[in-house]
Amino acid sequence: MILDPKIPSGPVEKKWDRHRFEMKLVNPANKRRFDVIVVGSGLAGGSAAASLAELGYHVQCFCYQDSARRAHSIAAQGGINAAKNYQNDGDSIWRLFYDTVKGGDFRSREANVHRLAQVSVNIIDQCVAQGVPFAREYGGMLDNRSFGGAQVSRTFYARGQTGQQLMLGTYQALSRQVAAGQVQMVPRTEMLDLVVIDGRARGIVTRDMVTGEIRSWSADAVVLATGGYSNVFFLSTNAKGCNATAIWRAHRRGALFANPCFTQIHPTCIPQHGDYQSKLTLMSESLRNDGRIWVPVEAGDPRIATEIPESERDYYLERRYPAFGNLVPRDIASRAAKSECDEGKGVGHEARGVYLDFADAIERLGKPAIEQKYGNLFEMYERITGENPYEVPMRIYPAPHYTMGGLWVDYNLMSTVEGLYVIGEANFSDHGANRLGASALMQGLADGYFVLPYTIGDYLARHMGEGPTPTDHAGFQAVEQEISDRVQRLLSSNGKRTVDSLHRELGHICWEKCGMSRNASDLEEAIGQIQALREEYWDSVTVPGSGEELNQSLERAGRVADYFELAELMCRDALNRKESCGTHFREEYQTPEGEALRDDEHYDYVAAWEFGGAGGEPVLHKETLQFEDVPLTQRSYK
Amino acid sequence: MKLTLHVWRQKTHDAKGRFVTYSISDASPDMSFLELLDVLNEELTRKGEEPIAFESDCREGICGSCGVMINGKAHGPEKGTATCQLHMRKFRDGDTIRVEPWRSKAFPVIKDLVVDRTPFDKIVQAGGFISVNTGSAPEANLIPVPRPIAEKSMDAAECIGCGACVAQCPNGAAQLFTAAKVSHLALLPQGQPERYRRVQRMVDEMESYFGSCTNVQECEAACPKGISIEFIARMNRDYLKGSFSG
Repeated sequence: MILDPKIPSGPVEKKWDRHRFEMKLVNPANKRRFDVIVVGSGLAGGSAAASLAELGYHVQCFCYQDSARRAHSIAAQGGINAAKNYQNDGDSIWRLFYDTVKGGDFRSREANVHRLAQVSVNIIDQCVAQGVPFAREYGGMLDNRSFGGAQVSRTFYARGQTGQQLMLGTYQALSRQVAAGQVQMVPRTEMLDLVVIDGRARGIVTRDMVTGEIRSWSADAVVLATGGYSNVFFLSTNAKGCNATAIWRAHRRGALFANPCFTQIHPTCIPQHGDYQSKLTLMSESLRNDGRIWVPVEAGDPRIATEIPESERDYYLERRYPAFGNLVPRDIASRAAKSECDEGKGVGHEARGVYLDFADAIERLGKPAIEQKYGNLFEMYERITGENPYEVPMRIYPAPHYTMGGLWVDYNLMSTVEGLYVIGEANFSDHGANRLGASALMQGLADGYFVLPYTIGDYLARHMGEGPTPTDHAGFQAVEQEISDRVQRLLSSNGKRTVDSLHRELGHICWEKCGMSRNASDLEEAIGQIQALREEYWDSVTVPGSGEELNQSLERAGRVADYFELAELMCRDALNRKESCGTHFREEYQTPEGEALRDDEHYDYVAAWEFGGAGGEPVLHKETLQFEDVPLTQRSYK
Repeated sequence: MKLTLHVWRQKTHDAKGRFVTYSISDASPDMSFLELLDVLNEELTRKGEEPIAFESDCREGICGSCGVMINGKAHGPEKGTATCQLHMRKFRDGDTIRVEPWRSKAFPVIKDLVVDRTPFDKIVQAGGFISVNTGSAPEANLIPVPRPIAEKSMDAAECIGCGACVAQCPNGAAQLFTAAKVSHLALLPQGQPERYRRVQRMVDEMESYFGSCTNVQECEAACPKGISIEFIARMNRDYLKGSFSG
């Protein structure tokens, strides 16, 4: 298989314009002849479904939640980047492009990233017109802040809930199209497989989560917008329902999976507090603007934070990275916290936490100023931990948060299966080995509002007049049967263990051996352990209830089965990549100072994996990356 | 902590429901309320019984998926807190806790504690949007919005659509939800062209599912986001204005 990213020719800043001109168009009157399936209703899926429907296509949009508005994009706190340069501080499309490529540690595709930076400005216009209540200055203009260590203020925000507000914008646009009859919204339904006939994506098979009905849906193209796979770790900042089943089933049907080992661990989360913990909660990274991170100098210091004198505290980020201090990028902050805790200096539950201290900021700016900036975050922290962060330092610890890896897509966002598009976090394309803060919302909306609606037309125009395959086609029937059998197999398993207990065990292996730092022997061991646990899974799991009703254990059981396979691929990818870059830190490859050591000569490629059959070895395909506009440099935050 | 839970169990929408009592001997005060249910469900599953169906997703108090009546209060005893953010330290050792699904005819039970909130989507579909196609938006800063207006709009936009307002209302009215949606857009300059048409359509749709508001104000007290009933007054004013102008 030859991976063709289909990057248009010409200078990077002209590629998208030229490509938009060169793509085929579907005549307005013909658009209604096409059906498009969109799976997922978050920022990417919701914006794509609404925009395609506005153009005149018939859209069927699926989500597992009871309403499209609840997709996990809603939880994003910080903000959304755009190269508006409203602050006159030297921002530009080129700078956002440059920062994103560099921040991704040179493992993303330049052409895609430049396009992302270009359309970022349109996103803000669109969202404002929809009524997204962004923060404003007194003159009525949009406010911006600097975020995640950026040197310019290009982040737009709506209190601490930018994700929810953008989400409501797309949900409203989507609702308008539902009312207009252009979108059929199918909630409480999960995609369990992709149907590929003659090499092209023809539809999906779903399970109705209330009645248990398994059925086929046919369309001219299928768009996956189902988010990331951080829940492979069990404990993550993702919602409980976030899952990788849609992308994994598509992978099994021929879509290559790119860079699965690029998983982002967010540095500022509330630490785990017990074995019953069900998820981890993120505290906005903006807290690092004023909070100082430290641990006791003495390992195992039993004193409470406020009793440890200044001289016996180690502000390790300020010490190790004097230029950026507490504002170093996410991957660096996370690893540093882990290494302090590994040395026994951690605090709190099982000594897995570091202090984030606002005492200095409160003294300098006064409590009211801190309250105004972070009041709701402090409240949230107190609600969860029972501790008052105005009086004692917060405790934080890194947690799995975002996955840069995902299904491989070309410049048109089409996967290696014809007619299957992948957008938002579910694809791999824009963030390389590390995503910058406030860029996830930007990418989701860029793909859905301003990229996919153009590129999908080019594909559809080539298949004018063919029409969707009927769902009684043998290809659909076979997949339906497979899915029914799989559901039955899960239900008839007579094991003793709950789905969650097995998922926790899998998550623990991934976190310990394929988390913030990795090495060859751990990864090899992890692969063996995952395989053994996977073998055991089908016999040891118990799934109560039946398939013809709302059955949350059954839903989870299917998702976890897919996570077992994905987890193994993630470890294999991490083992293959013998370098450290971005969030992927291989202990064998570091500088004498303990910083990540990239190997551009051998690993400047996208690792795209082909499914090797059940129990078989996956096959590696490489897309070599070229950096023509952002020269390869080593990141340094010292 | 030792706790006694009386939990509403109902197999399907049509089945007859009943309270089932569960004893919990070792809850931690640091657990969230939903983690308590998780732990109970793990135990039930191991015993071969069906776990309690309840809804949750983000568990950060923002997606609006979760929500149950806890001792007769929507989302439980802590003010301004969704069920997922309620922690067991707000209860006392030895407490008895009654857990029910949202109480409202418009939100029929699907199973156990899971209800169908589709009417909320219908209200938004009736007009809760600004009609602007992708690509047709003007440059963002051409629409200045005074900061106090933006803040007020944001206050309304904080609604997470959980349904606590309806569940707590003795009339099963959805005025607070609808008013939050209406006001979020009606306050902004972008929302003006459709302002009166929007409120008419949304209120009419609301009335086809929900009961009437009699100013009991329970909704505001139950709202995990503290949405003010002031927005109901705004909505009513706009509705009245709209019905004169046709």
